[in-house]
Amino acid sequence: MAAQIVDSTDDRISRISSSIRVIPDFPKPGIMFQDITTLLLDPKAFKDTIDLFVERYKDQNINVVAGIEARGFIFGPPIALAIGAKFVPMRKPKKLPGEVISEEYSLEYGTDKMEMHVGAVKAGERALVVDDLIATGGTLSAAIRLLERVGVDVVECACVIELPELKGRDRLGDKPLFVLVS
Amino acid sequence: MFAAENGLKGDPRLKGISDSITVVPHFPKPGIMFQDITTLVSNPKAFKDTIDIFVDRYRDMDISVVAGVEARGFMFAPTIALAIGAKFIPLRKPGKLPGEVISEAYELEYGKDRLEMHVGAVQRGERALVIDDLVATGGTLSAATRLLERVGAEVVECACVIGLPEVKGRCRLGGKPLYMLVEPRQ
Repeated sequence: MAAQIVDSTDDRISRISSSIRVIPDFPKPGIMFQDITTLLLDPKAFKDTIDLFVERYKDQNINVVAGIEARGFIFGPPIALAIGAKFVPMRKPKKLPGEVISEEYSLEYGTDKMEMHVGAVKAGERALVVDDLIATGGTLSAAIRLLERVGVDVVECACVIELPELKGRDRLGDKPLFVLVS
Repeated sequence: MFAAENGLKGDPRLKGISDSITVVPHFPKPGIMFQDITTLVSNPKAFKDTIDIFVDRYRDMDISVVAGVEARGFMFAPTIALAIGAKFIPLRKPGKLPGEVISEAYELEYGKDRLEMHVGAVQRGERALVIDDLVATGGTLSAATRLLERVGAEVVECACVIGLPEVKGRCRLGGKPLYMLVEPRQ
């Protein structure tokens, strides 16, 4: 069987970065929106994205991949499946049926809430939190709090894109952040 | 049609998938027995089996587009797309997709909603699947099919993990084949 040739990390990241489309003034004037849907239209770039995360985490005994609604649902499950972990959706209010725990977080104006199922994860499990992008870090830090409230060890947050000028990394406290494109 | 009627009768994976789904009574309102797939995606074997069954069915069908319906369709469609080498297209609620979109209305029990797709995501003649976790009336899947057909794609099949009684005995939805893995749990 021929050995599989994998492009270098730099080549893969270069293609991933080029595949992301920037949409000016969305959702409002002044915001340069990082649109990952064009990455998803490039099967090699999408595969490389997942592979880069899987290569990093497959030997780290991760039990849980928590994905943040909705774009975290695109990247989280393929990673979870490849590393043999559970996928746990972190959702907007009232979407999850059954008993939930809830964590409030700040928006630019006002607050929102994130919910997780009671019983989805167990104390002592090792978890990743996945989203497409980290901006201010508000949603990621809410997800970390939800998982830590039930005794889960959040090993790392993983995003495709970081907007470093918004300093989201600082909001994650002692939790490390891994991103592909800054 | 259900998987058991189409070559997978007695496949033990189907029972495992069905058993991994949780029924939540009276959600989101009284009288509804909600089929909760979060316990399926948190069960690595059941989740892998679900994806494998779809991938085995579609890998040799020259599918270049897998469209997933927000939000639970996003948990299944991307992995299928990756495994068969197809593009993944998110079909979203209004106002979520940046850039130029086309939009299709569909009926809810009370009122209407809309589903949006990016302009330019799909080319004329591409062969597409539509994926969601569950099909009830088929309203959302029909809207998704219309969006793809409006840009000239060929919807080869709609596929869901769960098929509710409204679609039992039907092999087609709006003229398109419908494939489901399991019936609802009681």
